[in-house]
Amino acid sequence: MSLIEVTGLNHRYGERAILENINLSVDRGEVLALIGPTGAGKTTLLRIIDLLEVPSAGEIYFDGKCIPRSGKQRLEIRRRMSFIHQKPQVFNLSVYDNVACGLGWRGEEKNRIAGKVDHILETVGLEDYKDRNARTLSGGEAQRVALARSLVLEPEVLLLDEPTANLDPVSTAKIEQLISYVARQRNTTMVMATHNMSQGQHLADRIGVLLDGRLVQTGNATDIFHSPQNEEVAYFVGMENIMEGVIIANNEGIATVNIGGNVIQAVSSYPVGKKVYACIRPEDITLALSSTQSSARNSFQAEVTRVATLGSLSRVEINCGFRLIALVTKISAEELNLQAGREVYATFKATGVHIMERRAG
Amino acid sequence: MTEIWDGLTKAIELLISLDPEVMEIAGRSLRISGAACLLASLICLPLGSLIHFHHFRGKRVLINIIQTLFSVPTVLVGLFVLVLFSRAGPLGELGILFTPPVMVVGQMILITPLLLGLTISALSGVSKEIMETATSLGASGFQTVLLILREARYAVLAAVIMGFGRAISEIGCALMVGGNIRGVTRVITTAIALETSKGELALAIALGIILLFLALIINIVLNRLQQR
Repeated sequence: MSLIEVTGLNHRYGERAILENINLSVDRGEVLALIGPTGAGKTTLLRIIDLLEVPSAGEIYFDGKCIPRSGKQRLEIRRRMSFIHQKPQVFNLSVYDNVACGLGWRGEEKNRIAGKVDHILETVGLEDYKDRNARTLSGGEAQRVALARSLVLEPEVLLLDEPTANLDPVSTAKIEQLISYVARQRNTTMVMATHNMSQGQHLADRIGVLLDGRLVQTGNATDIFHSPQNEEVAYFVGMENIMEGVIIANNEGIATVNIGGNVIQAVSSYPVGKKVYACIRPEDITLALSSTQSSARNSFQAEVTRVATLGSLSRVEINCGFRLIALVTKISAEELNLQAGREVYATFKATGVHIMERRAG
Repeated sequence: MTEIWDGLTKAIELLISLDPEVMEIAGRSLRISGAACLLASLICLPLGSLIHFHHFRGKRVLINIIQTLFSVPTVLVGLFVLVLFSRAGPLGELGILFTPPVMVVGQMILITPLLLGLTISALSGVSKEIMETATSLGASGFQTVLLILREARYAVLAAVIMGFGRAISEIGCALMVGGNIRGVTRVITTAIALETSKGELALAIALGIILLFLALIINIVLNRLQQR
């Protein structure tokens, strides 16, 4: 049975619809990542699950029981959850008092509080900071205090809103490590909002894509990143190559798609004549200077039109009768001497092409 | 000029020798204003929290009225308390007019708007996110209010000190409801006024120095708190 279930949830701020018909369930021990751009409604959904806001319509079930819209029961249920906000708000108290306050509010005995707080501060690596005023800490340290403050309560559900936003890579890695440790060791159910797709991918068991207040798709990372349900999701999850086409042949699940006069082959069961989008992830395209023998069904001679460096990767735009974007390592780009005007061969597998139905309008 | 100089020298003599009359007046002032401030705090901190944490119609107007009452003339409060506690007044039966308790009541009424307004303002200074964080960590409504008061403790304490400063330095109310009775209701400000009118500048200046000294202490404490 699901630990959290949200049914028919709608939420409005005045005339503005923030969430529309959200139906979602999270199993006990599951880590669900909600991904979506800024303003998609991720934070509002978490706030509603944490009972900080009452939805305009719809129900939330916790452990099978419908949560009332007001009353003492909300506090009891809220005490079984903990919410880590995007911008950690530490109280103007010592690190120890910050971490201890939630236990105190639950009526825990003082000596038990001391033991638990010391242990959790050690876990998050802040044992030497316990007497310091939490307001004097750096952003990463404050986020660790916020995490410790929530984890010490041993919640059944941990809600995380962009837990590593605005943090440096070192602090981000530490926080992610802690989240992953808690998920593994304590089997804590987690719902995490993030716009960082790779974070969602490596921390979560399941991902939900929230776009414009609608939960557009849920599934595991492979489903979301390689088989997006529609064009919007495809764009959001970084499918940079989305091309309009028509199925012109289908031979036992291998479809031939006409893209503006060029044909590619893809795995699809759509029938001939179907208008589709063919989507290819940039990292699924390989570039070479000569045509090579491989199992890949699609190979095109192409001309490089633009190369941009993105850290350790290079984003290469090519024209092979239609525009494609490929991601290669910076070292490969240098070795191949990729630059505008350079002739290359672009190769991708039929399984690397995701075909989606193109709806009218 | 010579008078002022003589007054100053005499004042220092009185202070160094811990003149019993000066000390008695100063002590009474501290007791009356301290009690007024304590009682006003006991009313204003919960009431201010109630106003801050609840949304109701006319809240803005109420806060505007409270802020306007910051500058209520002390004689007006004195008049109000006098009418209230005079023999023919609604509380006349208590028979406490021209006694320290009624001076406490007067000063308490005088500083209540200031303390209330500054408490609301101190609580407003605590971000909404802090309140939400406490709620999401499982604090009940009352526990959240206590935490917010704790968060705003320096600003709230500053408000209390400001209230004490206003109480100890007022004269109108103390004179009208206390009557400046020697050994009973004479406080620093009423004594200064009396001694000045009698031409006893030395005692007036000595008391004035004590009042200024108290104001200085209040300011130092206030500054230290605001720097935190």
